[in-house]
Amino acid sequence: MRPRSAILLPAALLALWHLAFFCAGFLSPYDPAEQARELPYSAPARWQFRGPEGFHLRPYSCAVSAATEQPVPCYPLHFFVHGWQYRFLGLKWNLHLFGVPSPGRIAVLGTDAYGRDLWSRLLFGGRISLAIGLLATLASLVLATLIGTVSGYYGKWTDELLMGGAELFLVVPWLYFLLALRAMLPLHLSASATFLLVVGVIGSLGWARPMRLIRGVVLSARERNYVLAARGFGASDTYLLRRHIAPSTAGVLLTQAALLVPQFVAAEAALSFFGLGISEPVPSWGNMLAALQQYSVLVSYWWMLAPAIALVVTSVMYCWLAEALQRSLKSSSI
Amino acid sequence: MRRLARLCLLVQLLAVFCLAAPSPDPLQPKEEVQLCKENAGQYGGRLVVGLRAEPKTLNPVTAEDAVSREVIGGLMADLVHINRSTQQSEPALAKSWKVSPDGLNYTLKLRRGIRFSDGQPFDADDVVFSFAVYTDEKIDSPQRDLLILDGKPIQVSKLNQYTVRFTLSRPYAAAERIFDSLAILPRHILEKPYHDGQFLQQWSLNAPASQIVGLGPFRLKQYLPGQRVVLERNPYYWKADSAKHRLPYLDELVFVFAGNEDARLMQFEAGETDVVNRLSAQNYSLLSRQGGPSAFQLEDLGPSTEYNFLLFNLNDLGSSHLPEVERKQVWFRDLQFRQAVSAAIDRDAIVRLAYGGRGAPLWGNVSPGNKLWVDANIPHSQHSLDAARQLLKSAGFSWNGNGALVDPNWQLVEFSIIVASSNSQRMQMATLVQDDLSKLGMQVSVVPMEFRALLERVFQNHNYEASILGLGGGDADPNAEMNVWVSNGSTHLWHLGQAHPTTSWEAEIDRLMNQQMLTLNYKRRKRLFDQVQQIISANLPLVFLATPDVLVAAKPAVGNFHPAVLEPTTLWNVDQLYLRRGAEMARSR
Repeated sequence: MRPRSAILLPAALLALWHLAFFCAGFLSPYDPAEQARELPYSAPARWQFRGPEGFHLRPYSCAVSAATEQPVPCYPLHFFVHGWQYRFLGLKWNLHLFGVPSPGRIAVLGTDAYGRDLWSRLLFGGRISLAIGLLATLASLVLATLIGTVSGYYGKWTDELLMGGAELFLVVPWLYFLLALRAMLPLHLSASATFLLVVGVIGSLGWARPMRLIRGVVLSARERNYVLAARGFGASDTYLLRRHIAPSTAGVLLTQAALLVPQFVAAEAALSFFGLGISEPVPSWGNMLAALQQYSVLVSYWWMLAPAIALVVTSVMYCWLAEALQRSLKSSSI
Repeated sequence: MRRLARLCLLVQLLAVFCLAAPSPDPLQPKEEVQLCKENAGQYGGRLVVGLRAEPKTLNPVTAEDAVSREVIGGLMADLVHINRSTQQSEPALAKSWKVSPDGLNYTLKLRRGIRFSDGQPFDADDVVFSFAVYTDEKIDSPQRDLLILDGKPIQVSKLNQYTVRFTLSRPYAAAERIFDSLAILPRHILEKPYHDGQFLQQWSLNAPASQIVGLGPFRLKQYLPGQRVVLERNPYYWKADSAKHRLPYLDELVFVFAGNEDARLMQFEAGETDVVNRLSAQNYSLLSRQGGPSAFQLEDLGPSTEYNFLLFNLNDLGSSHLPEVERKQVWFRDLQFRQAVSAAIDRDAIVRLAYGGRGAPLWGNVSPGNKLWVDANIPHSQHSLDAARQLLKSAGFSWNGNGALVDPNWQLVEFSIIVASSNSQRMQMATLVQDDLSKLGMQVSVVPMEFRALLERVFQNHNYEASILGLGGGDADPNAEMNVWVSNGSTHLWHLGQAHPTTSWEAEIDRLMNQQMLTLNYKRRKRLFDQVQQIISANLPLVFLATPDVLVAAKPAVGNFHPAVLEPTTLWNVDQLYLRRGAEMARSR
């Protein structure tokens, strides 16, 4: 496969993956915060093609609550149904891809401790978590690139100052910093303020490690023959950085990005432990994963692992894309 | 080679000799031991129990944390003991006691001929010495408050070698319950350090095992930092079974440090510990699914004495500059607002979802688990959104176009609930309460928080709007709750630091609580405390939610396992616990 076309497949898959989260309202049969308290920890729906009148092409969804072990009657699946209202592209909608007639409930991926539909939560949570992961990665890599390039390229006291700063940054006890931050902020934060806060905290805490890698790459690129030659011909610092040094960091940046996105999505769960994360009832993969901290949930209700699986799938796709991009960069630079 | 083998054998023999627990000393003719009616057990074996943390000290006078107290419980004994199963007081080191008609003098007769764990005799001098230490201002023991009535410490005098008299400055209901868990100290060991001003440094975890001497069923054998505390049989313990065999049956009682509840559960599942207490309903059902009665003895003891509640900040914020909280306090102070919140909360859902059905909904401060003191006539308000809306309407609240609740000044009703992020049940309660209140148009945000940060907000700077907390679980007697309900109490959570009661009903509670403390007759006391419960449930300073069941488990081999609702749930009769061996195990199945 030629490198260019090798990029297309993972990029297309990732685009589809993100599109699904973008259209979360359409794909979710229920409001992610709606509690069905009579159905806690209900297992994923089982599908039957045998309805009340014998065999049926239309699948029936049947549920059992794991907590109460009460079977619930089966309901036929319908497509393009009208249900709860959501906002999409600034408008109010109530059309959903699928649903079952009331009073039935369909739990494609099962339900959580409050009987909330895990599938709907996964989609809405993915929207927030992926946005957090991507934005925080972007923020920390921009910071890392700026500081790393300056530090590696200019060397001497600039390098020592910046590296010293980064090392100091790594040894700060963040636990206490986060506790102090929580103490300083007002208790009631709006959803968008929380979102920005999470992106800000994760992004600004995560830059130091990639920065050290980038500095290393810049340090070696600076001494390459073609850079020395260009400098000999009178190229300016800005030209050298733009034309020769920055492109050489692309590979590191891409692999770092692929690694950081899933890391940062999970970091949001840690932040919610301090009351800084996305708070209930708004779903995020982080706070959904937090339910797995309970041992009994981890060993009893396997479907609660869904956000972890989604996170793995996301990171595999990002790694794949990063690898393909790297290969294509290499082949184009030869 | 042969020499090496011989050396190994010698080392092994030595090890066996050193590690073997002392066998119980035969009963002496003049020794007044206490005979227990339990089934006779078998000697031998070690019982391993998981603790959530390491004890901080083994000094019973200075220990404050529950973990230290649990270990000390195995080492020490008290004069009068509360039987955790019947919740009544019963003789311990004092074989009997008499109360003078005016209720001011308690004369205790001590057991004769009994000995400390180092073999030294016990008598009235040890009791007088112990109480001198407990009431010493310089030592500042956490138990000191209990022994001070109206600013005067309880006086102790020795009448003869085996009789002591306690003199109170005023009558005090159920005063004999004060003696529970007040460990009697060995004067022959601690008197010198006490007079030298060295008492606070005594009996730390680094102290040599032979130094730590008590009257409990066990004595310290070994402490391995970060791993375990090993206690061995006290060969001179003052209790015997129905066949006149000296207790305890167990050779050793071992506490291992496991961490949180899940870690303790995993250790228990792996067979590393024999008993596990304070299980959550989720973990309890996990165990029952795994093996049922043949694998574990599982017990659901019914509602605990703990009560969980939603707390609104009603503190006087005078100079703390929290305008936002002050603005919302106008709502919180409105009784109808609190009643509406209470009516909107679906307590059955809390019991079902947060406690897996193993708990009880609460409408008052005394849980049904506290059988002696609960007032069964407390009204159980029905879960009703309509009633809640009516209450809000009559309090001047209304709803805007989006269905959001607004106060008479057209301000949106929104507030936050802080919860300890480490307590998953209370986190779940908060999420359920949030959802219930959203149906009234209130915008509630749940803020999980590290537990100490939460306590600081509740107790120190009062920078919070509402919180979900729990109290209780200690002694069932109303006196144990004085500090919560009396308006100047240190745990009067909703409004701390009152010089005088702010409201008339708080003044009435103060009067009733103080009166019940002076009333000696149980029925009259119960009537007074019933009134307190009624005032509390009518004025809702706290919106009570639910209480979890006490859930415990033990290996099938643990005999005489009779857990109780009161702490320490499983180890309260550790002197009578034993490990069944093969033949008896087969029979018991």
